[in-house]
Amino acid sequence: MSIDDPRPDPDALLEKVQREAAQAARGKLKLFFGACPGVGKTYAMLTAAGVARAQGVDVLVGVAETHGRAETAHLLEGLEVLPRRRIAYQGRELEEFDLDGALARKPALILVDELAHSNVAGSRHPKRWQDVEELLAAGIDVWTTVNVQHLESLNDIVGGITGIQVRETLPDRVFEQADEVVLVDLTPDELMQRMREGKVYFPQQAERALRNFFRKGNLIALRELSLRRTADRVDAQMREYRSDQAIQAVWETKERLLVCLGPGAGGDRLVRAAARLAGRLHADWIAVYVETPRLQRLADANREQILRTLALAKELGAETATLGGQAAAETLLAYARSRNASKLVVGKSVRTGMSRMLRAPLSDQLSALARDVDVYVVAHEAGEPPAGEATVESLTMDAEPAGPVRWRGYAWAAGLTVATTALGGLLYAHLHLANLIMFYLAGVVWVAVSHGRGPGVLASFLSVALFDFFLVPPRLSFTVHDTQYLLTFAILLAVALTISHLASGMRYQARVALYRERRTRVLNELGRELAGALQAEQIVETAMRHLEGVFQAKACVLLPDARERVRPALPPPGRAELPLDPAIAQWVYDHQEAAGLGTQSLPGAPMHYLPLKAPMRTRGVLALLPGNKRLLFLPEQARLLETLAGQIALALERVHYVEVAQDALVRMESERLRNSLLAALSHDLRTPLTVLSGLADSLPLAGPPLPPRQAEIAEAIHAESLRTSAMVANLLDMARLQGGEVQLRREWQPLEEVVGAALQAVAGPLARHEVRVELPADLPLLEFDSVLMERVFCNLLENAAKYTPPGSRIEIGAHEEGERVSISVADNGPGLPPGREESLFEKFTRGEDESPVAGVGLGLAIVRAIVQAHQGTVRAENRPEGGARFVITLPAGEPPRMPEEE
Amino acid sequence: MGETHAPAPSVLVIEDEPQIRRFLRTALEAEGCQVAEAGSGERGVVEAGTRKPDLVILDLGLPDRDGVDVVRDIRGWSSVPILILSARVGEVDKVSALDAGADDYLTKPFGVAELLARARALLRRTRLGAGDGPLVGFGDVRVDLARRQVTRGGAEVHLTPIEYRLLALLLANAGRVLTHRQILREVWGPSHGQDAHYLRVYMSGLRQKLEVDKTRPRYLRTETGIGYRLVVDG
Repeated sequence: MSIDDPRPDPDALLEKVQREAAQAARGKLKLFFGACPGVGKTYAMLTAAGVARAQGVDVLVGVAETHGRAETAHLLEGLEVLPRRRIAYQGRELEEFDLDGALARKPALILVDELAHSNVAGSRHPKRWQDVEELLAAGIDVWTTVNVQHLESLNDIVGGITGIQVRETLPDRVFEQADEVVLVDLTPDELMQRMREGKVYFPQQAERALRNFFRKGNLIALRELSLRRTADRVDAQMREYRSDQAIQAVWETKERLLVCLGPGAGGDRLVRAAARLAGRLHADWIAVYVETPRLQRLADANREQILRTLALAKELGAETATLGGQAAAETLLAYARSRNASKLVVGKSVRTGMSRMLRAPLSDQLSALARDVDVYVVAHEAGEPPAGEATVESLTMDAEPAGPVRWRGYAWAAGLTVATTALGGLLYAHLHLANLIMFYLAGVVWVAVSHGRGPGVLASFLSVALFDFFLVPPRLSFTVHDTQYLLTFAILLAVALTISHLASGMRYQARVALYRERRTRVLNELGRELAGALQAEQIVETAMRHLEGVFQAKACVLLPDARERVRPALPPPGRAELPLDPAIAQWVYDHQEAAGLGTQSLPGAPMHYLPLKAPMRTRGVLALLPGNKRLLFLPEQARLLETLAGQIALALERVHYVEVAQDALVRMESERLRNSLLAALSHDLRTPLTVLSGLADSLPLAGPPLPPRQAEIAEAIHAESLRTSAMVANLLDMARLQGGEVQLRREWQPLEEVVGAALQAVAGPLARHEVRVELPADLPLLEFDSVLMERVFCNLLENAAKYTPPGSRIEIGAHEEGERVSISVADNGPGLPPGREESLFEKFTRGEDESPVAGVGLGLAIVRAIVQAHQGTVRAENRPEGGARFVITLPAGEPPRMPEEE
Repeated sequence: MGETHAPAPSVLVIEDEPQIRRFLRTALEAEGCQVAEAGSGERGVVEAGTRKPDLVILDLGLPDRDGVDVVRDIRGWSSVPILILSARVGEVDKVSALDAGADDYLTKPFGVAELLARARALLRRTRLGAGDGPLVGFGDVRVDLARRQVTRGGAEVHLTPIEYRLLALLLANAGRVLTHRQILREVWGPSHGQDAHYLRVYMSGLRQKLEVDKTRPRYLRTETGIGYRLVVDG
């Protein structure tokens, strides 16, 4: 879009219109999308179809695969079903969806199950989705079902997860272009339950399926894939919706207001007035400062004022910009048109009299130039910039060379003029004076172009003076015989001044262009380098290098750790001296707002802190110690900084998601590995141990009674195999608990029941101990997994039995302690080794086993793991009266109410 | 088997591991049973149909079929007692199998004595049938099913209607494991299948009234994670 063309892009509109027209004629495609077979897609589709039919929609069932599920087949009742086409293939007769029949029947809505299905050879299309395309093109709405593993782009991933290559695939664009996607979701546990209940496959197939494709790890992974895929789609829809809205906004033309700031002190007033006006008009507004060459020579105080005014405007909700241009009015209008701003707000100049006559106020210039833009004039803007000492520095670009460099320009002006005069003296006899004037003009052009306006002006005046003194008769005198020369001088001066003015303006424009180009280049380079970065460190390093170059500032990137505390990502040598304040950085990260130098929050800090905001969340903090503040806080520079920060944040986010994806893959893979390892262990070890103990146990029954010594041996084999079996069980339990794959089946229940069950289970080892259970009658129900909690009590009781002499007393008690319930298992035995109470629970992790009794450390480690999984705590202590005590606390929670009995 | 003079009871063992089959056979034959074996679920269902055994011992972890499906198949046409063998961490599987109609379970590894005790109990149930008169009981508890009266040590015990229904259900299935779901469905009705805490609280009340020490029940036993069992000769 060119800067003078305020209308929306016609191509974009045309494309949108075409898309809408094509969609209107086409049928609508609705996908019932699921993670895997058996989640109930067909069921959901048929249910919805039943509803549609009840609403009077002309529904035809093209294909519905009920897989012999009775409840699904039941839904077909009352729906019109298209007969299948029969195709003879290699001597057999196969059934297939009847595309031509469906097209001839032309219902409003057709159901075609299993979109990814490959058609029987001899059909019109090799794939069913192509049939569906044809139905859609004919204006028939289609409902269909798809599993995530059938999407082409996910094929490899699914294959990697499940180890099964799915051959029937579907191009992703079919999925992307579907008008509606309905996610049919079922948790893996429910699905496995359904499978076991024979609701998915015939029972014979179900067992095989559960062992292969339908392993829980697979189901979780597939479910995640399908959920993500759906989420991506919803996200894309949202973006499309918003871009649609944006296109409309162009036509509806939301008011946009442009306020032009001058250098005076009244700028704040002007900005506030514009903010109010924008608020009343519900308009967006832009505050603009146009820097013309004339305004380059402002004093520092004025420039600071302009920056403050721009900052104020931004705070009040304006977008801000600094424009470079020769003439304020034209620049403003072009910008206003490019931004579709229909209203201009300017301050009223207090200039009067002569100066007003010489140069019309901006408002008048604007009104004269712009007939399509409303110009609002706000009263009282402070007048002309007060003429401070003219350090010629520009707002939009690097400082002009100052000091000696500047004087060199004037020296060049003087020297060159003198040289021209000398040359003129030499050529005086041969050339006409009019031609000598050309030498002077050439000199002025060169000086103005190379050294700017000041030297140009000096050269202009010097040229006239030296020309008069040395070359115009009478020579070596300022007197002039011929008054015509006065006219020559006047014109020469005028031309020289004009040229130097134009030339210096050109020089300014060139520098602005150069500067813009540099900004663009920085952005491009940074973008390119960031795109190639694969690690956060690389991004940080790249970012710091570029920022230091562009802003002449020391930069530091802080990234959050796992606990959301930001810390410098790279501490390379030489950066230690940065006056970095971690507290400010943390604040910036937490509040997602800039702080420190140049902001409203903690402006006294030496560094500027900027949040690295990415679409999903803030990815870190950028801290800058500017060498030259102006370079950082000019609106253009500030925007550049923001853009760069955005790019850095995006790159960090991208790297983050790459890591997340890799992690997820690794986790899925390791889960699979662990599951299969555990399954292998549990089956391959348990079965032989069962055999061993069973054979030893049945040995005395196998024939004539064994002699006593052999019977003893058989008994010993039996006991040892049982013990080994218990240890394997402990190991498996610990692995499962530590792997976090134990799902608690928490239910509300009285504590006494699980205590009773545990006492019964360890009745053997406890036979020679006295056990007292004292549980208060009003102890509330607790929510826990009864099987695991029974293990806790079994392990504690077994321990007590093992480490106390026969006849010792074991006491089990419990009481409420505020929001927790405290349960104790105590004995009056020898007690625990003092100082080692805590380490008892850690044996497994520390891997040292000093005890001669095997499995001891594991037992308590399991106790702790289970209790902690219930958000509880467990500790061991010695009782003051002697003996050991294990105390478990569990959250009391809110037990469900019991119904009154009839 | 002990006191009865009926022909030797026949037992069908459905188990894929031959060594386990071997010691089961040894133990059961020593107990005077006739033992038939099947190495797969498919084969097991066929054998159960042709041999009409008095007891089926079924491993839940068969390679060819889900054990729960085997239970369902057999229950389709037979009420033969089914004792299932399962891995220790398979509570869900056990509950499914019991819900599907299995009568009892044993967790591997199990002792031969325990196995034989369970087998005996199940065989006795079939021999005697469930209802042998209106007067039943355990310990010092007597229940008159006809008059809905419960006494303990001769003194009448007052039970709430739900407690009585619970007790009657357990008595009718004495020795068998009943899952939470089965009990809830029978006592509270099909809509309360999830409210296991009702059951636990009423069971606690029943133990309070009928057991000597309710934290160490002799008769009303807890099968943790699965359900309850009334042990009459406990």
